[in-house]
Amino acid sequence: MRPLSVVVRTGCDLFAWFLIVFGANVIIHGDVTPGGGFQGGAVAATFITLLLVAYGGKKVFSWVRPGIFNGMLIFGLMAFFLLGLMGFPNSFFYNFIAVPHEVVQATGHGVIPPSGTIALMDIAVGIEVAGALSIIVLSMFRGIRLFREGPMEEESGHDR
Amino acid sequence: MIGNAPFFVVGVLFLMGLVSLFLSKNLIKIAIAISIIGSAVNIFLVSLGYRAGGTIPVHFLAGEGSTMVLPTPQAMTLTAIVIALATTALLLSLIMLVWRHYGTLDIDEIRRLRG
Amino acid sequence: MKKIIFIVAAIIVGAMVVGAVDSIRPFGEPGASPMDDYFIASALKDRSSENVVTSIVFDYRGFDTIGEAAVLFTALCAITALFREGRKKL
Repeated sequence: MRPLSVVVRTGCDLFAWFLIVFGANVIIHGDVTPGGGFQGGAVAATFITLLLVAYGGKKVFSWVRPGIFNGMLIFGLMAFFLLGLMGFPNSFFYNFIAVPHEVVQATGHGVIPPSGTIALMDIAVGIEVAGALSIIVLSMFRGIRLFREGPMEEESGHDR
Repeated sequence: MIGNAPFFVVGVLFLMGLVSLFLSKNLIKIAIAISIIGSAVNIFLVSLGYRAGGTIPVHFLAGEGSTMVLPTPQAMTLTAIVIALATTALLLSLIMLVWRHYGTLDIDEIRRLRG
Repeated sequence: MKKIIFIVAAIIVGAMVVGAVDSIRPFGEPGASPMDDYFIASALKDRSSENVVTSIVFDYRGFDTIGEAAVLFTALCAITALFREGRKKL
């Protein structure tokens, strides 16, 4: 696909990074406000879709390396599984570092959030879903070249 | 009767998806119909867990001493939404390969070609 | 003949749907639900998590979530295998 016009590319430049920031905000505050890992990951994966729509495949595939998203996916899955596995003397997915609410109100809390594995699993699943949806979008975009015999950038695009 | 309006909305949405699933010949429209049926099921699950006068199940926003709606159907709906997303992505990929192989999306023509 | 069978089956299914809808609980009164009351009470007190839905997804019913992650991973593997490189001929 050819790149779109100047207006769309300028809008993409303005708003693309704010999607990452908003997705990270939803992921990190998943145990306090509405939201969570899946929703924030889906918002953060909109970034690569917006880049693909605005700039076309050639530039985006020269910018990003798909191994990064693969690494995000594997890291998120393994962190999620290991956090579930670490509660094992009691049960699978036992919340082993949660602090009760009275203790938090009395003494305050430290670096790790008081909800324990809930917040950490939010971050892990958010990274995993962002990587997975980015890989899906990139794979389906790369699949468009199956329809043409010539190289990828020769399609009849939009304007310009 | 009018108090049960969300259930009627769910029924109408489900019937729309079912009719579109049976009557349409295009594979993209069939995928859209499956998504509509999934959305109807999700709305039904969420509306089953509503308590009259309930607030959202977040303590920070609901305030002290207020009744909350049931949180378990909402969690199950979250699971169902992610699974529907994965299924829809796989379905659209298969439709892309069908269009590559046959050159058409009409299910009657695909059955007739058989190559 | 085919149409008669279709009409009879449609009438039977419609009657069963109407009978099932007739005995549904009214909107806004889900009945007694001690499990959800326990979740609402325990999520803030024991786990100090404000969002009850997230605490159910990741703590009380975490085993569901790992199956869901497996479903997402399986779909991703299938899509990547369908569109892999060097499949120009098909």
